[in-house]
Amino acid sequence: MAGAQKRHVIEAQIPALRRFAYALLRDPEAADDLVQDCLERALSRWHLFRPEAALRPWLFQVLRNLHIDGMRARARRGPHLAYDEAFSPAIDGGAEAAAHLGDVLAALDLLTLEQREVILLVGVEDFSYAETARILGVAQGTVMSRLARGRARLRALVEPGPDSGDNEGARGPATGAPLRRVK
Amino acid sequence: MTGQQQMAVTEDDIQALVDGRLHGADAAAVEAAVAQDAVLAARVAGLRADRAALRAALASKAAEPVPARLRAATRRPTRSWQASWGGAQLAAGLVILAVGLGGGWVLGRQGAVGPQPVVVAGFAQAAQLAHAVYSVEVAHPVEVGAADEGHLMAWLSKRLGRTLQAPDLRARGYALVGGRLLPGSTGAAAQLMYEDASGARLTLYVAAVEGGETAFRFAQGSEAASLTWVDAGMGFAVSAALPRARLLPIAEDVYHALAL
Repeated sequence: MAGAQKRHVIEAQIPALRRFAYALLRDPEAADDLVQDCLERALSRWHLFRPEAALRPWLFQVLRNLHIDGMRARARRGPHLAYDEAFSPAIDGGAEAAAHLGDVLAALDLLTLEQREVILLVGVEDFSYAETARILGVAQGTVMSRLARGRARLRALVEPGPDSGDNEGARGPATGAPLRRVK
Repeated sequence: MTGQQQMAVTEDDIQALVDGRLHGADAAAVEAAVAQDAVLAARVAGLRADRAALRAALASKAAEPVPARLRAATRRPTRSWQASWGGAQLAAGLVILAVGLGGGWVLGRQGAVGPQPVVVAGFAQAAQLAHAVYSVEVAHPVEVGAADEGHLMAWLSKRLGRTLQAPDLRARGYALVGGRLLPGSTGAAAQLMYEDASGARLTLYVAAVEGGETAFRFAQGSEAASLTWVDAGMGFAVSAALPRARLLPIAEDVYHALAL
């Protein structure tokens, strides 16, 4: 593939990469730093790269791994610079309150990273379950269970109530654990 | 499917239904089973609503124009691009190398050993390209302005893995405008921009390079001239549309300010 073509296929993915990075970090500047790191890394590894069909998951895998690396580096160094802090969304009482007001992004921040990743890759970036499993380096069954648990938690945060699935108020009393395997 | 033949709906079925990944008979069977169970139907509706809300909340992010620095990040030539791009770059590098060898000189760098002319030539070219691209910017010449100098330098220091201070060039008539992070050939690069009273700009480009120390080397590009040197694994380039004689004392100041 000629340089210009490669550039085009990669550039076409930048908006989605920015969206994914922003959803993970919730800080526009830090998210674009992460995307830039991803593009640099992807281009430097381009010679290792193969057919075009798998380009999109590969780019997301690069970005996702850089995000994990950044979090690990931050954990090693401890609180340091403002830019480091942006590697993970602020989780505090404010986020919890916003989540209860129906802010789905604030609610997402309250999930574990593993849950956020699958919910975003599957539900927003439209990767198949198999592609998501490859991006994350886990079994597809793991993707499915993280997806189910993560979405259940998100539901409970966005719409806390006796039964998190109900909009109409016609539901029965709370069962304690609102989301269980059905039948 | 009739009411009597209610199928067992698994959690995976629910997720696949919410994601629209079921097709044909499978989709119909799961839909029918869900429709018969009011609790389940409400839960599916809630999961679909969350999924849609999340997509909607993030749609604007993907619709934003791509920042120039990210577009620029895809334009960096890499090893495998050299077939299409590297030929011209190599030729340009050789020209600069020739200029560097012909016009280069040692300047108070007695300790300089093992010059890396090729590295430095490519480095000068990268610095001049960055200078040409950003020094003409009116609205967004820098990512972080001089008002946030402490933050800027902490950030760039972290990304380059070396403590950097912005040299004070006010005595030379240049005030710091700010700086930005750029993709260099070996990773992150930093550009600091200065401006004189007339608005003429001067940039300092810094990136990790392989090799030991070098003397100052002069490179004349089409837009700007550069003085470059390597010190302790870091390359430095001072670029401006200035003649060599005027660039030299500024580069000396920068060198002394940054000397390890």
